[in-house]
Amino acid sequence: MADKDITRRESAGEVGAGEQPHRYESLIEPKKGLGELLAPVAGFGVTLSSMFKPTVTEQYPFEKVPTKPRFHGRHQLNRYPDGLEKCIGCELCAWACPADAIYVEGADNTPDAQFSPGERYGRVYQINYLRCIFCGLCIEACPTRALTMTNEYELAGPSRRGMIYEKSDLLAPMGEGMLAAPHPMVPGTQDTDYYRGNVSGPVPEQVDWVAQWRPEDSTLPSARRAPATPPAADSPHGAHGQVERTPAEASEATR
Amino acid sequence: MTTTTPQTSGAEQAQAVPQVTLTIDDVEVSVPKGTLVIRAAEQIGIAIPRFCDHPLLQPVGACRQCLVEVATPDREGTVRPMPKPQASCTLEATPGMVVRTQRTSAVADKAQHGNLELLLINHPLDCPTCDKGGECPLQNQTMSNGPGRSRFHDVKRTFPKPIAISTQILLDRDRCVLCQRCTRFSEEIAGDPFIDLQQRGVRQQIGVFDPAVLGFAGAAPAEVYRGVQPDGTPVDASIGVPARDAAGPAGDAALDTSGRPFASYFSGNTVQICPVGALTSAAYRFRARPFDLVSTPGIAEHDSNGAAIRVDHRRGVVLRRLAGDDPAVNEEWISDKDRFAYTWQGMPDRLTVPLVRDRGEDGTPGELRPASWAEALETAAEGLAAARGAGGVGVLPGGRLTLEDAYAYAKFARVTLGTNDVDHRARPHSAEEEAFLAHHVAGSRMSVTFADLENAPTTLLVAYEPEDEGGIAFLRLRKGVLAHRNRVFSVAPFASRGLERLDGTLLQAAPGTEAEVLDALAAGAPGALGEAADALGADAIILVGERLATVPGGLTAVLGLARRTGARLAWIPRRAGERGGVEVGTLPALLPGGRLVTDAQARVDVAASWDVERLPAQAGRSADEMIAAAADGTLGGLVVGGLDPADLADPALARTALEKVGFLVSLEVRESAVTRLADVVLPVAPPVERPGTFLNWEGRPRPFPQALTSTAMADHRVLDALADTMGAGLGLGTLAQVHAEIDGLGAWDGERAPAPTVPAAQPPAVGEGQAVLATWHLLLDDGRCQDGERFLAGTAQRPVARLSAATAAGLGLSTGEGLTVRTDAGQVTLPLAVTPMPDGVVWLPTSSVGSAVRATLRVDAGAVVSVSAAAHVNEGEAL
Ligand code: SF4
Ligand code: SF4
Ligand code: SF4
Ligand code: FES
Repeated sequence: MADKDITRRESAGEVGAGEQPHRYESLIEPKKGLGELLAPVAGFGVTLSSMFKPTVTEQYPFEKVPTKPRFHGRHQLNRYPDGLEKCIGCELCAWACPADAIYVEGADNTPDAQFSPGERYGRVYQINYLRCIFCGLCIEACPTRALTMTNEYELAGPSRRGMIYEKSDLLAPMGEGMLAAPHPMVPGTQDTDYYRGNVSGPVPEQVDWVAQWRPEDSTLPSARRAPATPPAADSPHGAHGQVERTPAEASEATR
Repeated sequence: MTTTTPQTSGAEQAQAVPQVTLTIDDVEVSVPKGTLVIRAAEQIGIAIPRFCDHPLLQPVGACRQCLVEVATPDREGTVRPMPKPQASCTLEATPGMVVRTQRTSAVADKAQHGNLELLLINHPLDCPTCDKGGECPLQNQTMSNGPGRSRFHDVKRTFPKPIAISTQILLDRDRCVLCQRCTRFSEEIAGDPFIDLQQRGVRQQIGVFDPAVLGFAGAAPAEVYRGVQPDGTPVDASIGVPARDAAGPAGDAALDTSGRPFASYFSGNTVQICPVGALTSAAYRFRARPFDLVSTPGIAEHDSNGAAIRVDHRRGVVLRRLAGDDPAVNEEWISDKDRFAYTWQGMPDRLTVPLVRDRGEDGTPGELRPASWAEALETAAEGLAAARGAGGVGVLPGGRLTLEDAYAYAKFARVTLGTNDVDHRARPHSAEEEAFLAHHVAGSRMSVTFADLENAPTTLLVAYEPEDEGGIAFLRLRKGVLAHRNRVFSVAPFASRGLERLDGTLLQAAPGTEAEVLDALAAGAPGALGEAADALGADAIILVGERLATVPGGLTAVLGLARRTGARLAWIPRRAGERGGVEVGTLPALLPGGRLVTDAQARVDVAASWDVERLPAQAGRSADEMIAAAADGTLGGLVVGGLDPADLADPALARTALEKVGFLVSLEVRESAVTRLADVVLPVAPPVERPGTFLNWEGRPRPFPQALTSTAMADHRVLDALADTMGAGLGLGTLAQVHAEIDGLGAWDGERAPAPTVPAAQPPAVGEGQAVLATWHLLLDDGRCQDGERFLAGTAQRPVARLSAATAAGLGLSTGEGLTVRTDAGQVTLPLAVTPMPDGVVWLPTSSVGSAVRATLRVDAGAVVSVSAAAHVNEGEAL
């Protein structure tokens, strides 16, 4: 009978209490002489010696230490130098995301509301930071380099809803000389000119358009001041100017 | 070829076709002679990449993607390879053929790779913004059968993009792979080639008709986008450049409402079959990605064809509808109305909670206010009970119901309200029609099918425009006309665009004289009449539309003609719910299953099945009679379903009736003219939010599941709850219960109703400056089910009035000038299109923008109206 072969298992308290096939024997050779005498307090030596070594404990949150430059932090939706958004609402980031953390809805750019170069822009853009695993696959998928990661790591909050970041939370801040979208593209350019970096800042036509329809816009003074040829680079990065440019963007700028 | 019907001659032919045996990738397969190699490969599960090949279109071999290596036996029987790879989509299988696809042949594989690389040379890198991305055969086949990298480093050919072919259809020419599926569809299936291949070589492109070549008229660019600047200044813009078309002499009749040449009622199908993202629809452009969407099969709710569709939705919002594949009904095509008109189900005026109107002490109606279901049902139950005592309650369910809902209305009227006053016909109707429906239609399911339309050598249309009043039946008729040289005759005042594309013969009849024309159809009659009489045999089909109801003696004459010739007769109403209503008894004289109210045995049958003592035996009132009774105060209350008073024969009287009636309960999806007058409004679910079954004109059940999650209740559930509150439930709370009851009742095997015998009326006398009115609905018009879809609205035909040349000359008018049609009630002014038609007849679209015939003129087809030149024509409108 099969159940005859089954031996009774010890219950929790009895584990190991049965026969003891081997006695424990240390493989370390036992100390002799003075060594044997000091052995019980030898461990304090480690403590004592570390008192004279430099401290590695970080005083977070009182002192904040910059992360490594390639650290994967909060996402950012970048802008072109004239202030138009880079995101075209293609949803490729959402598609690439293994955690299903991104939700995008595209929409038409229209003559009265042009948010990004070309025909399409991201109307709804949400990242759920309760799901995001910071793998960066979305960044790889983005065809326009609209989506990059900052080094910001302080992503905690009291509510679930607050952890779903909206487009307004993710958009890069307006850099010096940028003109807030929506506004028309630089006259005579196409979306490919923007991709190629041929647009270096707002031109007077765009400034005039915004001045006509949104005279109160806060980016107008800076856009007016800006020469028509600001550096052809991305906006200053990082949340609230704390964090350095991320490597992805740094490499983009050198392209 | 469909094989669902017993008498498809095509299916018999298919069996007689000899088989050929060939070898594909070392697998032997036998297929009927004439099968294409690409189809034979499909049969054994081998997919050959393709772009231009489509099973329902003629082979062209335009894209060269399906290349395979082929060897055939020569005269001695030695198998000899063909010198070059062959396109498998144009090659018929022959006995002993040896085919090697990309799976076993390096040559075929290399040829396919090369072809794809060539196609991609000028293909833009649009995938991130392209609507096809994620479901694109070009993307997919590049991954599966193409090169991973491009060796092309030069500048790609570009085109300005997109072109607006109509307000709904946009074309990005640089994405096109010139497979010509779109142009073949419009030529072979729809018959309205609104786009064609133009130019040569690298500039070769799809486009709207080139005026230089084809002499087609055109106009201003389509305003695809209408919006406002931040301060409210309107901006109108066309996306991209307009197509190259110049003004010409085609006139208003050939324009759509956006002022462009009228494209097609079926243009949306080209978007679906385009194997790349070259053709897109404005409504779906940039809205979603396929992985966002949840797809649910559905049935189109707009007409009685019951076309299969696919509803794609995201987070509770329908984003697009596609044609489903149902070979027995719509094949793979649907009309643009079925495809794009879905927004009505989610408009902001959707009703979500019950509404109740409080009455003052003296009975003055107050405002509607939201109420709980319990309160609304209580109020409705009390009000209906009181109204039952005060003259009785009538039921007007409307013609758009599912079979289950219609059944619930029929039972609710008989059991709960104890009346036969129930009529779903929200349109001009007659007692003769009811007799016709009882005699011929009720209980005669599937006597004529879509396959029959395709195979019948002769079809006679009576008061029915297959294109404007449905669409799918038109495609089937046209398929038969092209494939089998079938003949189509139509009894109508003029040859419509649809009839011309059916290569049809017009049997001209002024409104009201249809019966006369039908009676005159006899062998030896002169001209087309005699021809039609000769062609009408036992294998012919007569299709009669709902409009014949308004012609006294018309349906009698049709029945007579069918008896004389032996031709089969089918009735095709416009609305999706009419056929189901006839079947389950939402007519005053009909009980479920075609039983007659006047038949005591039938009443006993149904009463037993419904577990009630007896059913009301007194004949019910028709919709018009109910409206009249409500208006003069003899009817105590009304229960109204999805019905627009503007569709009734006399909308003004209907509105008075709804205002005056003692108690009005409305079951509606959206706020409407009825809910605004109702005492209790009970919200019901639109088709996407509930499961159900439409019965199409064939009598074929078309069940569909619920697409969106919703708490909205279907009509049958609401009626069940209402009946429950009134004392006794109907037991119709679930679909299963309704189906069990309908199945339990079964069909009636007793005596059928006698055929109507109504004599034809004399056509009215037409005086100076007068004309007889002819009218029918255009497919795309001002109906409430097309609300909220401006891109679709732009593609509707521009409404025009039609007169014969002599009548127009008598008024001193020519094409394009304004014509005013007047009755005592009001007037309609439209640009005139001079049309070959009987003198003294004027045609207007029934319910288009600026031409609400019943609401403004308060008359219908056959009435005498006065016609005159418009006093003042607004230049912009006359164009
Ligand atoms: S962030 Fe990039 S990948 Fe995501 S939708 Fe925008 S453009 Fe596409
Ligand atoms: S048609 Fe297909 S391959 Fe071409 S851009 Fe669109 S998605 Fe990409
Ligand atoms: S537009 Fe689409 S369907 Fe038409 S030829 Fe081009 S690729 Fe084919
Ligand atoms: S599929 Fe055969 S040539 Fe296009």
